[in-house]
Amino acid sequence: MSFPATRLSVVERTRSGDEETRRIALASIIDAYWKPAYKYLRVKWSLGPDEAADLTQEFFAAALEKDVVEKYEPSRARFRTYLRMCLDGFASNARKAERRLKRGGGVTLVPLDFDTAEGEIRSHEPAVSADVDELFYREWIRALLERSVDDLKRDANAAGRPEMFEVFRRYDLVEDGEPRPTYTAIAAALNLTSATVTNHLAAMRKQFRKIVLDRLRELTSSEAEWEAEAARLFGKRS
Amino acid sequence: MISDRAIERLREAAAWPELDARYEITGVAGHGGMGTVYVARDHVLDRDVAVKVLDVADQKGSRAARLQREAHILARLDHPGIVPVHDAGTLEDGRAFYVMKLVQGKRLDELMRDGAPLPDRLTMFGRILDAVAFAHAHGVVHRDLKPENVMVGGFGEVYVMDWGVAQDGADSEAAVVGTPGFMPPEQELARQVDRRADIYALGMLLAHLAGPEAPAPLRAIAAKAAHASADGRYQQVEDLAADLARLRNQDRVEAYRESAIERLVRFYRRYELPILLLVAYIVMRFVLLMWRGV
Repeated sequence: MSFPATRLSVVERTRSGDEETRRIALASIIDAYWKPAYKYLRVKWSLGPDEAADLTQEFFAAALEKDVVEKYEPSRARFRTYLRMCLDGFASNARKAERRLKRGGGVTLVPLDFDTAEGEIRSHEPAVSADVDELFYREWIRALLERSVDDLKRDANAAGRPEMFEVFRRYDLVEDGEPRPTYTAIAAALNLTSATVTNHLAAMRKQFRKIVLDRLRELTSSEAEWEAEAARLFGKRS
Repeated sequence: MISDRAIERLREAAAWPELDARYEITGVAGHGGMGTVYVARDHVLDRDVAVKVLDVADQKGSRAARLQREAHILARLDHPGIVPVHDAGTLEDGRAFYVMKLVQGKRLDELMRDGAPLPDRLTMFGRILDAVAFAHAHGVVHRDLKPENVMVGGFGEVYVMDWGVAQDGADSEAAVVGTPGFMPPEQELARQVDRRADIYALGMLLAHLAGPEAPAPLRAIAAKAAHASADGRYQQVEDLAADLARLRNQDRVEAYRESAIERLVRFYRRYELPILLLVAYIVMRFVLLMWRGV
């Protein structure tokens, strides 16, 4: 059986004795979660853009200082759920204390582009009445797939086959309102045969699945959690 | 940012199975508990088929084993009410799949929303009973009977679907399986169940199909089938079917204790024509007597 190459879970790596490994692992967590966290604070906690940005920065800074990730117990919840609950607790405490939220404080591990995230909220306003758990999940999936598409593009370019990614982009990344083109249309546009388009698309989808599952493996803490998240991602829509 | 629609397309793209050249996937038919059912073109036999593919290949292979077991059960249960399986295998990425007949029709829950008349619903229920009784005769307990797992074809043919959690003889999972509302108490406790677990689900299904306005004897049949205690239920699907047949034939229903008036009404309905003829004859004789007397 072919199985996705195992990448170590970032949750595991945050417990590493090696400071550099730990720092990179935490940066990966921030990379995957900052945007869902920011949007969650904006929608569920009805915070303004500046407040939500500050609180997101503070939350991840506190997560580093207070060993939030290290305290995670896989037997009690999925990591995604745990992090969202920590975020809720953090936001609740911040509100109770009625303290003025400080600006990021220079503790950012990765540059967080809040302007882009805010633009995304404005262009695609999430329904406030929507299930907030579902909102966090949706944004987490969005971030996961966006990163995976970036990886796919990078890999295709590195292999000297940008046209393969282009086939994938034109067929599987069509946005709202755009009709999905036919294989023939893509073949004509890229000066390929229809058979080549079929083959490229199959190869890219296969590679894309592998990348997504690899990234998912990084962001989960156990085989069971990975399996449950993968089944939810590819299976029945809730 | 990628849109919600693009997210759905990417999820679909990443899940899209690559089968050999024989089967060309053309669309998604639906999502089940552990896999997705695709519509595919079988280029060898030039027909459309349905392909059920696991959503994810787990490292232990337990999901694959469950899907393969389902395919084997379907292959063994050769009955007009159980969808036939044509082929089975494993994708390059480790996901198991099987190919089956593509049923063109509607799920029973969808059909009920469309408001099918009660006699039609009971006819469909009778066909479900046939299929389940056949499975029981082969040692298979479905364990997840519900309207969503029944397909009704364009000609009224009924298929009991989704045998993924079926118990095949003593071979079953220890975990709790099934759907709340259709699961008997003993199944909720994850014990090994017997065919009476399906009879419970059939009772719930019948209550669902009959609706609250159903005649009392019909509701009583559903209630007996869905009795909390397995011993209080019909012990065989055939017993349930027989009680329904009695109801249809205006005979006394085993599950229902009727009053004297109800018995009279039932007697009248059953023998309506002879009773009317007898009454007409008596009236005619009376009139004749009176006329001669005058």
